[in-house]
Amino acid sequence: MTTTTPTTTTVQIYRVYIKATPQAIWEAITKPEWTKKYGYAPLVDYELRAGGTFRCYPNEGMKAFPNVPDVIIDGEVIEATPPRRLVQTWRMLMDPALAAEGFTRLTYDIEPVRGGVTRLTVTHDLTGAAQLAVVVAGELEYKGAGGGWSEILSGLKTLLETGAQLPFQSGFERDPRNG
Amino acid sequence: MFKALADPTRRLLLDRLFARDGRTLTELEADVKMTRFGVMKHLRLLERAGLIVTRRAGRTKLHFLNPVPIRLIHDRWIDKYTERRVAGLADLKTELEKRP
Repeated sequence: MTTTTPTTTTVQIYRVYIKATPQAIWEAITKPEWTKKYGYAPLVDYELRAGGTFRCYPNEGMKAFPNVPDVIIDGEVIEATPPRRLVQTWRMLMDPALAAEGFTRLTYDIEPVRGGVTRLTVTHDLTGAAQLAVVVAGELEYKGAGGGWSEILSGLKTLLETGAQLPFQSGFERDPRNG
Repeated sequence: MFKALADPTRRLLLDRLFARDGRTLTELEADVKMTRFGVMKHLRLLERAGLIVTRRAGRTKLHFLNPVPIRLIHDRWIDKYTERRVAGLADLKTELEKRP
């Protein structure tokens, strides 16, 4: 047997196949009228060019919770190639300990496969963000922190394929005004 | 996907990736009493089922657990059945409470 060199990696990769066009998926990721309908249902604000700002605002339902900041996630766009690739930095501001872990790197790859099916791959490089890694992996779902990327992408698939929203929105009850 | 999960070696490989993601074939092989070729075969099957995603890092191929397909099963099937059961209990409660 050869010697094993353990690779310490802090990258998480999530992949889902969706029966939708790359353009539809691109819009569902980058436009607030779509993001408020799945996953944690935030309102995104993207400046879709290299160096552009990224901000994520809470929906009305989230604002009802104590100590929710005005901006819940922030970052900078590194690459925006619609409708195929979006690379950005991503910092969670909902919790001071998570915010202190700083910026992580997030990549969306959108590739048409066949028969109107598109493959969406989310690569989240969580180097230096051990606590955030636990949250986005959905491991704190039992504490009400939501199912992380798995739940977000499941919600996105359901929304684009059926027009329906999954009954439960991670972490927060969905605000009917958003929906 | 169920076929992919219906094998103890493949479940062990997924468990190893759950414990720590981004492993190479060599690392995974060390955890399993099986030839390199056998492990490769299992990994290929898991990749085809969408349960793992691979990524090249230089000359090595890293394997990552992809939990999304399992989540989809959860959302589409398991929720559906538990919901019905919960609804059944709620009906029973209403029914019982109506009685004097």
